[in-house]
Amino acid sequence: MAATSEDGLHNGPATTTGNRALMLEEPLLFEIGHADETGVDLPEPAADAANRLGGFDRDTSIGLKGLHEPEAVRHYTRLSRQNYGIDLGLFPLGSCTMKHNPRLNEKVARMPGFADLHPMAPQSTAQGALQVIHELGEWLKTLTGMPGVAMSPKAGAHGELCGILAIRAALEARGDARKVVLCPESAHGTNPATAAFAGYEVEDIPATDEGRVDFEALKARLGPDIAAVMITNPNTCGLFERDFKKIADAVHEAGGFVYCDGANFNAIVGRVRPGDLGVDAMHINLHKTFSTPHGGGGPGSGPVVFSDALAPFAPLPFVKQEDDGTYYLVEEESREHRGPSFGRMTAFHGQMGMFTRALTYMLSHGADGLKQVSEDAVLNANYVLRSLEDLLHAPYADSGPCMHEALFGDAGFENGLSTLDLAKGLIDEGYHPMTVYFPLVVHGAMLVEPTETESKAALDQFITAFRSVAERAKAGDEGLKQAPYYAPRRRLDETLAARKPVLAWTEPDRD
Amino acid sequence: MRYLPLTDTDRGDMLAKIGASSIDDLFVDVPQEARLDGPIHGLPMHASEMAVEAHMRRRSKKNLAAADAPFFLGAGAYRHHVPASVDHIIQRGEFLTAYTPYQPEIAQGTLQMLFEFQTQVARLYGCEVANASMYDGSTACWEAILMAGRVKKRNKAVLSGALHPHYTEVAKTMAKFIGYEIADAQPSIQPQPDNSGLIARIDDETSCVVVQYPDILGRIPDLAEIAEAAHAKGALLIAVNTEPVALGAIKSPGELGADIVVGEGQSIGVGLQFGGPYLGLFAVRDKKLVRQMPGRLCGETVDAEGKRGFVLTLSTREQHIRREKATSNICTNSGLCALAFSVHMSLLGEKGLRQLAAENHRLACLTADRLAQVPGVTVLNDNFFNEFAVTLGQDARQVVRDLAAKGVLAGVSLGRLYPDVDSLSDALVVATTETTSEEDIEALGAALEEALS
Repeated sequence: MAATSEDGLHNGPATTTGNRALMLEEPLLFEIGHADETGVDLPEPAADAANRLGGFDRDTSIGLKGLHEPEAVRHYTRLSRQNYGIDLGLFPLGSCTMKHNPRLNEKVARMPGFADLHPMAPQSTAQGALQVIHELGEWLKTLTGMPGVAMSPKAGAHGELCGILAIRAALEARGDARKVVLCPESAHGTNPATAAFAGYEVEDIPATDEGRVDFEALKARLGPDIAAVMITNPNTCGLFERDFKKIADAVHEAGGFVYCDGANFNAIVGRVRPGDLGVDAMHINLHKTFSTPHGGGGPGSGPVVFSDALAPFAPLPFVKQEDDGTYYLVEEESREHRGPSFGRMTAFHGQMGMFTRALTYMLSHGADGLKQVSEDAVLNANYVLRSLEDLLHAPYADSGPCMHEALFGDAGFENGLSTLDLAKGLIDEGYHPMTVYFPLVVHGAMLVEPTETESKAALDQFITAFRSVAERAKAGDEGLKQAPYYAPRRRLDETLAARKPVLAWTEPDRD
Repeated sequence: MRYLPLTDTDRGDMLAKIGASSIDDLFVDVPQEARLDGPIHGLPMHASEMAVEAHMRRRSKKNLAAADAPFFLGAGAYRHHVPASVDHIIQRGEFLTAYTPYQPEIAQGTLQMLFEFQTQVARLYGCEVANASMYDGSTACWEAILMAGRVKKRNKAVLSGALHPHYTEVAKTMAKFIGYEIADAQPSIQPQPDNSGLIARIDDETSCVVVQYPDILGRIPDLAEIAEAAHAKGALLIAVNTEPVALGAIKSPGELGADIVVGEGQSIGVGLQFGGPYLGLFAVRDKKLVRQMPGRLCGETVDAEGKRGFVLTLSTREQHIRREKATSNICTNSGLCALAFSVHMSLLGEKGLRQLAAENHRLACLTADRLAQVPGVTVLNDNFFNEFAVTLGQDARQVVRDLAAKGVLAGVSLGRLYPDVDSLSDALVVATTETTSEEDIEALGAALEEALS
């Protein structure tokens, strides 16, 4: 494989390895692996071994390739070096909340009593794990001011589904067949998708010029067919929904429920309890607010807190503390305890490995530290907003302080340069780009979230880099259209990937 | 607070830059009655690393780790040895602390890994295309049923009685809200799964037939026969596998005619973790169905210099583009668990997976033979891979509790899995893996002899 490029950045003939010092090219596993080698020491099967496979023995090649351990360690270490992670630098993805992942959390999650525990282990042998689930749930209830909690949802969007299903179950329990869920224009795409998956029709609610839910429009749409309203607070424009309590009161008065997308809870934890704002259900992305690592796309974890009205409908299984202090997992085996639960959402109890990490983080911060987290997250975001608003279009800069993320648009870029070009230019400055083209309500949106784990010096350096690229975009620097220049790959052809999907490796034709 | 680098001087300077007099000015949009200005009642203050570690270690010590007991639990989650290098690699910060690879130029590590993972899963399942993972096997199973509904424009799924009851529960929970009919049944305690009853339930309204392979009792059903019957009625066959190691020994669901294959990938690389995070696997035999698949897909492409590279693709199926018209609301996948699976599978390779499967089967045969000698125990299965059912002649839930008190983790009782079915209450599902020693097998045999005498 040729590793040299023709752009003059790293001149010279191709190397025999494809690599040049620390600029690494890595072939695919299937190109370097062996069909008949393994990196694990296992006994060879005996020729006369017992066989009770019922005649379903696999008699064809699977087509897998193996690597010896040193080859595997090198393959994946080389691949890792083509990745950007929060350990490498600031990761300002708005709405995604990429904060430092403390390694104590990793250490705790790997304690044998947590990591090497079967989900159906007899409950007498899993009391510490059940206690962790219970304690984490109690923290979430206290921090949100909500009386009920469901721990089993596997991710934020799964938590949304949990909340909406509880709403549906509560409505059906009172014989109320409402059909419509309202979602503001700025909602995460998961919100309308979730409502549709729970069998609801979805209607949009517009935003005001200042980037908040249009209360009058929402109020006008309320009626006996509205099951719920789904609102993100703080919202995806980075703003606190000032009218949230008013909205919640109006929805309740019309007989509906209020779902709060808690993806941005990080901005208000320890300062605002959503329960005080009239929320009926809210999911909490543990990775965003409580620092569990996101691992290149997951796992997540999405516990849901509930109001009194919805708590009885929470999914199975759940943990109860008995009067004698022991913990008890309520699952199908105890239908007498089951009550009106809407049922089971996932095979086991949820993301235990994320629970241990999140609880470790909470204990590390404590009540005082968590409040400082939201204050520093908001301070850092406002610092970024006010440091860039003279240069970049900031559509809601006059709408009040932003919460933990700052929103900009691409107005004023010359020569057809776009938000995408700025993002790719930022890669050449050594940063992961911000969130781009979201929320959809802002043209060429850029959502910047520095998080609380960045120092002032790190922010200043980032702002300087961002300004420099933004100035180039505003000046129409055509060179940005070719960025990035210094990444493992230049700009990738996403259209080709979608038009002619190649989704698995196949042996090249040999002729 | 060790994770928060701002100093009070920084905070003062930054507030001045913003033009705010105090941090409260930044929360001015929060109505006064919703502000929490005092301490949070009932929660402790921050604690040192040493103190938190000790606290959590006390919790951990209250659990009986699988490695510390003769251990025979399976039924959807399995204890396998995970090579040390797997955990080392997934803890590399560039993998562990990366986000979803939306900026492919600086996420080639994750993307290439996902492409390799998709290829591994597709081959293991005998399919053309696999996605980049789902939450777990049970949610992947429900997404497959939904997908079959989209493909066939029918809304009735016929579930095998021997599908993991938690998977059945998930499907029934989700289906009742959208008017999808789930025709399920209870497993019959027989040496062979009874396909005739399942096949008789397939009709012209059926979108899909869902069969676990091997099933909840560890039996290996004849998928080809069911595939033929499903296809004859215009329905898809969804095969569910909860133990991917089995596919190192038995035929792939794809080659037996399954149209969608889903499963739990936890066995390879991920570990037990008390139920999560796990790894949902999802594949389709015919790549023409790919645009109806839920979840993330990684595809090959080229960069501006013509070099091979990888991107997330076909996202027009997804919630962030299609909102309420999306194929699924799924957003997160199980990227890090997919990495663990892929690393472990790379270390095994074809040869290692086959050896691992053979060793699992050998130990299961030994265990079945030993338990067959215990008075009162009947081994149910004619065939199995690494898991089988036994009947004990008395309530298996109580036997499991009694043995746990003696430090033997005997298996998963069907009474716990099917609390409403009295006829299953004396049955126990026993699983072995390469981590099972011959001493463990003897310990289980002896403990059952004592308990049943």
